[in-house]
Amino acid sequence: MALAKVTQDETDARLASLSMPEGGWPAIARRDALARVQSMGLPHRRDEYWKYTRPESLTSPDVIPAAVFDASDEAPIFATLDALNIVFVDGVFDADQSDDLAQTGLEIERLENAASADIHWAQDIYGTLETAGQNPVKRPLAALNTAFAHDGILIRATTIVERPVNLTYIHKSDRSDAMLHHVIKVEQGAKLTLLESGPAASRFNKVMEVSVSDQGEFHHVRAQGRDHERRAVTHIFARLGEESVFKSFTLTANGVLTRNECVLELTGDNAVAHIAGACVGDGEFHHDDTVFITHDAVGCESRQVFKKVLRNGAIGVFQGKILVKPDAQKTDGYQISQSLLLDDDSQFLAKPELEIYADDVACSHGSTSGAIDEEALFYLKSRGVPASDATDLLTLAFLAEAVQEVEDSNIGDIVTERMSAWLARRKR
Amino acid sequence: MLEIKNLHASLEDEDKQILKGVNLTVEAGKVHAIMGPNGSGKSTLSYVLSGKDGYEVTDGSAMLEGEDILDMEPEERAAAGLFLAFQYPVEIPGVGNMTFLRTAVNSQRKARGEEEMSAAEFLKVVRERAKTLKIDADMLKRPVNVGFSGGEKKRNEILQMAMLEPKMCILDETDSGLDVDAMKLVAEGVNALRNEGRGFLVITHYQRLLDHIKPDVVHIMANGRIIKTGGPELALEVEQNGYADILAEVA
Ligand SMILES: Nc1ncnc2c1ncn2[C@@H]1O[C@H](COP(=O)(O)OP(=O)(O)O)[C@@H](O)[C@H]1O
Ligand SMILES: [Mg+2]
Repeated sequence: MALAKVTQDETDARLASLSMPEGGWPAIARRDALARVQSMGLPHRRDEYWKYTRPESLTSPDVIPAAVFDASDEAPIFATLDALNIVFVDGVFDADQSDDLAQTGLEIERLENAASADIHWAQDIYGTLETAGQNPVKRPLAALNTAFAHDGILIRATTIVERPVNLTYIHKSDRSDAMLHHVIKVEQGAKLTLLESGPAASRFNKVMEVSVSDQGEFHHVRAQGRDHERRAVTHIFARLGEESVFKSFTLTANGVLTRNECVLELTGDNAVAHIAGACVGDGEFHHDDTVFITHDAVGCESRQVFKKVLRNGAIGVFQGKILVKPDAQKTDGYQISQSLLLDDDSQFLAKPELEIYADDVACSHGSTSGAIDEEALFYLKSRGVPASDATDLLTLAFLAEAVQEVEDSNIGDIVTERMSAWLARRKR
Repeated sequence: MLEIKNLHASLEDEDKQILKGVNLTVEAGKVHAIMGPNGSGKSTLSYVLSGKDGYEVTDGSAMLEGEDILDMEPEERAAAGLFLAFQYPVEIPGVGNMTFLRTAVNSQRKARGEEEMSAAEFLKVVRERAKTLKIDADMLKRPVNVGFSGGEKKRNEILQMAMLEPKMCILDETDSGLDVDAMKLVAEGVNALRNEGRGFLVITHYQRLLDHIKPDVVHIMANGRIIKTGGPELALEVEQNGYADILAEVA
């Protein structure tokens, strides 16, 4: 099918602005990805999948400058945890701020370093999960990333790894335009926790492909925080084996545009996938969670919990789909997306979808939009709690259900504490 | 302590007057009771005094220790020493009871320029006061009033009062929905707080609460006004004869 002329032109312009790394094992995957982008074309505002979020600023050849936000009054969110720290500044690996890439139970390397080899364990995954995730809905920005990302982290966990890997992204230049591509492989019975935080760049395109083998466990907690003008599009593509566990939670505050896509495929029986998000948006803030979960095995559980607090014209989007294939009996699928609108200017747009071809399944979904509970607010005020503190307390209570999805309660507490601090800072 | 003069209030949304000239003075150290038929405006009076949205004061005044409270925000009234035990305590999912109590205590202290209570000190005090009200650790941990029985909610109101140590306490039908044992617990909690410096306004339907919390003065409210004031014997009279005689007498 030929692309529309505008789409063709816009895609060509963007491609012309990028350079593809050469050689090594990723070469074929990159070349194939480029072909996918050329045939799909970059997202256009008329695309159904981009109905609620305008993609132009994510696809344009030039980055829209974004002033760096000074967050030096707070330590990076996961700084207190004992972790393997890896730092990227505007998408560029920073050796000085990073630990040595060595940890027991892990094979960990930079994509840029590993790519010169002819063979690599990541070769089976790089671009493969992304390709699988292009069907039935196309995700051209992910293919663009596979083709052009120069760097990223490749992590292979071979055992239960207690110490998390902590990726910190620092935004330093007003015009930075960064792409990173991470590949994670959790081997049979192994366990890994990955943390991500920071605003990364003025514009950030990130792809993470995750393969969790049978009985493996992958936990992911990320905080996209406190940088007002940045834009980000991120994709997680995950494939889950038998009795494996995948849990991902994202906290977002600020950012003019965030589109977080998550594409999960449950391919082994009795796998468990939880994906959750809490966001607080104020003013020029557009936050889009787009999730696609495919049940393709028996007895799997998937759970999506998304909560958004919006004020001063902030916009929240949720597109979430559960697809249950014919043989995926005993599927347990749950999806909830809720927004708390603190004023009439803010908006929440939700498109929950279920597509079920098996007969023995339990799937439920719900989406709500509401204002703050005035009775509860008065109750708090009547006890002496000032209106703004009372609103924060109710806001945190609203978000709590999503934060509870974080398995490690210590990390959950850190997330709650940071949320509370962010809310308090907004007061004049 | 609390001086209400000619208080008129109507609903903000509809043109309906509910309080039609309430006059009432509660002295420090005294317990006043308000009785009256359903719909006479008792809860409205408590809401107007504590500053709930939706009511408009059209005339009159209310002073707490000589300070006009009607222009204050609800949280300022609370910090000034006013407390309302709600007829229907509100459930707040996601906010732990303990967090709620501590936030309330420290917000008030902060507003008054006092030092905040440390976590350790707070814990000690709250455990002690909860114990006398038979509130267990589980109730302190759970979200505010969520899943509490009627009696538990009312005891939780009294615990808040005990923690906040207000100067002027208004109790709106704190006895309704309680069995005799629960009512005794609540009454004991209130009596423990009675002292020289504190005033109480106890709104109730029934004499039975007043057997346990002995009032100094009893008012009868009907159709938005105090229509009769007397001693404790007035409550007994209502108990025996209902409101009909009093209403007829005034009309
Ligand atoms: N928010 C409201 N909306 C409509 N009517 C109200 C509202 N609040 C009070 N009223 C009316 O005002 C009158 C007094 O109510 P209330 O103060 O609750 O009486 P009481 O507590 O003495 O039973 C009743 O007729 C009640 O229906
Ligand atoms: Mg009432």
